[in-house]
Amino acid sequence: MSVSVKMNVNGKTVSGDVEPRTLLVNFIREHQKLTGTHVACDTSQCGACTVHVNGKAAKSCTMLAVQANGADVTTIEGVAKSDGTLHPMQLAFQDNHGLQCGFCTPGMVMMAIDIGNRHANPDADTVRHELDGNICRCTGYHNIVKAVMAGAKAMNASK
Amino acid sequence: MGKFGIGQPVRRKEDVRLVTGRGCYTDDFNIDGQAQVQFLRSPHAHAEIVSIDTSAAETAPGVVTVFTGKNASDDGFPVLHCLANVKGKDDKPMFSPDRPALCTDRVRLVGDLVAMVIAETIEQAKDAVELIEVEYNDLPSHTDTATAANPDTPQIWPDCENNTVSFWENKEPTEVDEIFTKAFKVAKVNVVNPRVIGSPMEPRAALSTYDPEKDLITLYAPTQGVHRQWGNIHKHLPQLEQDNIRIVSLDVGGGFGLRTKSYPESTLMIWAAKRMGRPLKWLGDRYETMVSDNHGRDHVTKGELALDKDGKIMAARIYVIGSVGAYPFENGPGVPTFSSGRVTGQVYVIPAIHHTVRTVLTNNTPTCSYRGAGRPEAAYIMERLMEEVAVVMGIEPAEARRRNFIPTDMIPYMNNQGFEIDSGDFEGTMDMAMDLADWNGFKARKKETEARGKMRGIGIGYFIEASGGQPEEEARVKIEEDGTATLYVGTFSQGQGHATVFPQIMADKLGIDYDSINVIDGGDTHGEVPFGRGSGGSRSSMMGGTATARSCDEVIVKGKKIAAHNLQTTSDKIEFEDGTFKAVESGGTMTILEVAKIANDKSKLPDDMDPGLNERYRYDRGNVPTSYNHPNGCHIAEIEIDPHTGVIDVVKYTAVDDSGIILNPMIVHGQIHGGVVQGLGQTLLERTSYDPENGQLLTGSFLDYAMPRARHVPDLVAGNNENAPCPVNELGVKGAGEGGCCGAPPAIVNAALNALKPLGVTHVDMPLDSEKIWRIIQNARPVAAAE
Repeated sequence: MSVSVKMNVNGKTVSGDVEPRTLLVNFIREHQKLTGTHVACDTSQCGACTVHVNGKAAKSCTMLAVQANGADVTTIEGVAKSDGTLHPMQLAFQDNHGLQCGFCTPGMVMMAIDIGNRHANPDADTVRHELDGNICRCTGYHNIVKAVMAGAKAMNASK
Repeated sequence: MGKFGIGQPVRRKEDVRLVTGRGCYTDDFNIDGQAQVQFLRSPHAHAEIVSIDTSAAETAPGVVTVFTGKNASDDGFPVLHCLANVKGKDDKPMFSPDRPALCTDRVRLVGDLVAMVIAETIEQAKDAVELIEVEYNDLPSHTDTATAANPDTPQIWPDCENNTVSFWENKEPTEVDEIFTKAFKVAKVNVVNPRVIGSPMEPRAALSTYDPEKDLITLYAPTQGVHRQWGNIHKHLPQLEQDNIRIVSLDVGGGFGLRTKSYPESTLMIWAAKRMGRPLKWLGDRYETMVSDNHGRDHVTKGELALDKDGKIMAARIYVIGSVGAYPFENGPGVPTFSSGRVTGQVYVIPAIHHTVRTVLTNNTPTCSYRGAGRPEAAYIMERLMEEVAVVMGIEPAEARRRNFIPTDMIPYMNNQGFEIDSGDFEGTMDMAMDLADWNGFKARKKETEARGKMRGIGIGYFIEASGGQPEEEARVKIEEDGTATLYVGTFSQGQGHATVFPQIMADKLGIDYDSINVIDGGDTHGEVPFGRGSGGSRSSMMGGTATARSCDEVIVKGKKIAAHNLQTTSDKIEFEDGTFKAVESGGTMTILEVAKIANDKSKLPDDMDPGLNERYRYDRGNVPTSYNHPNGCHIAEIEIDPHTGVIDVVKYTAVDDSGIILNPMIVHGQIHGGVVQGLGQTLLERTSYDPENGQLLTGSFLDYAMPRARHVPDLVAGNNENAPCPVNELGVKGAGEGGCCGAPPAIVNAALNALKPLGVTHVDMPLDSEKIWRIIQNARPVAAAE
């Protein structure tokens, strides 16, 4: 049995027939071939799969594709401008060395943009609290926190 | 040179790709027609396999085939051999059994591989795994390292008595025993370095494919450099020609030592791709990654220092029991013995050491190198001992260290294990750290903390390690006619920023444009880099860096010859500076780009010269104990304890590392931060828990295994002491990858004990989780608890 789903991914309407048990992350990775969204833990702990659903951060391993039917979904591939100009948060991650191996980074950046959408100028405690659902094994978080603070500020300055 | 040269915090070239989702990790890559692999793993820690019935699985929808160790063992089937060679007394060989990649008659850990299912889809493969019927005959198991060698502990391998894989002793104890009889005081500490699960964020994955025309099997898998693994994996598959196996690593989501290994899953994927003649894909989930990636640490250590009346160390005894898990795997037995043993005495003058290491079998995942690999354990016992020296001598912890540091005028210092500590400014580094941590302001901060009803402590963790890893590395620098340059180098990055740092060296050496430099590293055994030893043992800065620098030197040598030919002089009369060749006598000049432009034009080259500016250098530092570099550092942790919950909060953390000359401070500090937080995780959070009754892993997901998160970590203060460059390589660099996880455990534990000192608490074992600390506080203060 399969069901059809239709949603807007990174500004493009996409549809597909999926098994009802298909997770949103599998729809994104396997059906849409958007492999920037990662799976690292299977238990909703690590946030490597974070995308935006209707403008809010969501763990795409914790949602069924059918739950996103009709939704606007943004993945890491849809964050930079089409001419390649980086989003201020992406730039902040580079400027602050907020990534090493890069595996958790797409989820971190998606969560960080969500933080920036809600906090114009977050302090370190706020960022650390907000990042509780995202695990990084390389950076020790220090530079991620700096990046999110700088990126949130830049996002809101350019508004 | 300029803002892209050595010492500059150059932003990383790799980042734009990675922050836009264009990284390509193994699971992001697929091949048309690939079938999916799933493994059946043992649910028992120790059992005989009585029978395996795969008939229902074989006829399930979508199933292509099912392999077991029994039906596949006649076909060049991979058998894993331990790569370590730890000899005991009188050269007694270590216990080193053959390990079939799929278990045949016995399983020895929860997660052992029993069957391999290949199906059209992942779901079909998973469903089929559940249809395999295995009859097991349960056997007694054990997972406790300290008691593994006891006579009444169940034996894991019939021919391995007392579960002892190796027993190594540096020398007879007589001399040290004699010194201990004359000691003024003895400082004595017993510690546990608990087992940790390294947990790179990328789960383990593999994609294999076979090309019958070329008779070539290709394995795509996350590694820390393919060439080193290539030789090792071939040892498990000797029926194949090594050249007929190609290994490719794409982007790798964290390595930490775990991804240097040739695992049973990878060898099976190679073997099965050829046997099946179609591409195969396997993606391990987090649980599989946690039971199958090698674990780290798991040492139980007793340490004693004999002290004279001034608190100076006269001799040391270090007795280690290290678990290697159910199978001695790769360098497993070598980690506690040699990786640790190289730096046993750490940064202190110790005239004599008696050191023994027993490696033992336990019914759980094999241990091997995990970030630091033995050096964190060596630092931990010594720094816990130094704290005890302070106690027994009635002096300050810093003073205890000052009295025993190897002074700069004794360097180079040959340590007890024959390793030469060639540079270091240990007291200077500690002073820098104490200043940066505002050590003198601690009393005031403690008062403020206590006013809020909490406890506060401060602790030092000094460490030294031996870095450099595998002793050879190769680089080739090629400059094209259009001035673009490519570095081919056999190291391999999993986030350490090689694509940025090596071009900094080249920009500095050659005066060429940083942005015009591209790096191709050791990610393909059949690609453009023919030799490499990857990353591991904090080796890339020294080994890849020096090979790169010397390839640049070769380019300059050849460039001088070309310039001399065109400037009508001889190459010994050409100087090279800032990208320009200058004839000393005539003053005529050619830039390196002008030289590159004509380097392929035979009419402009000396008759006997091959065209091109394309120079290779194989750096061999010599496989001798004097050829390592010795990064060291002083870390200071300040912690608060909430006595009502037992939660330890690291509120201030300062790290001053001596990594020699710093190539890129942004990246080096990033390495310190990451290492410190892995050490913090080990110290406070990461408990690898097994059911003592049946050997089940109770912490097999991130729900149960407590990974450090952003809220567990304070702002980290990182500094560097560059006063003691490494003399064995001309860049002056020392490793930077592993110091963090060496310094953090002793610094944090010493800080916790400092906070708990008023309660009379003198010992606690990692991890210092809230329940443990709460109980300690309650037991120490029963009256307060009743209030």
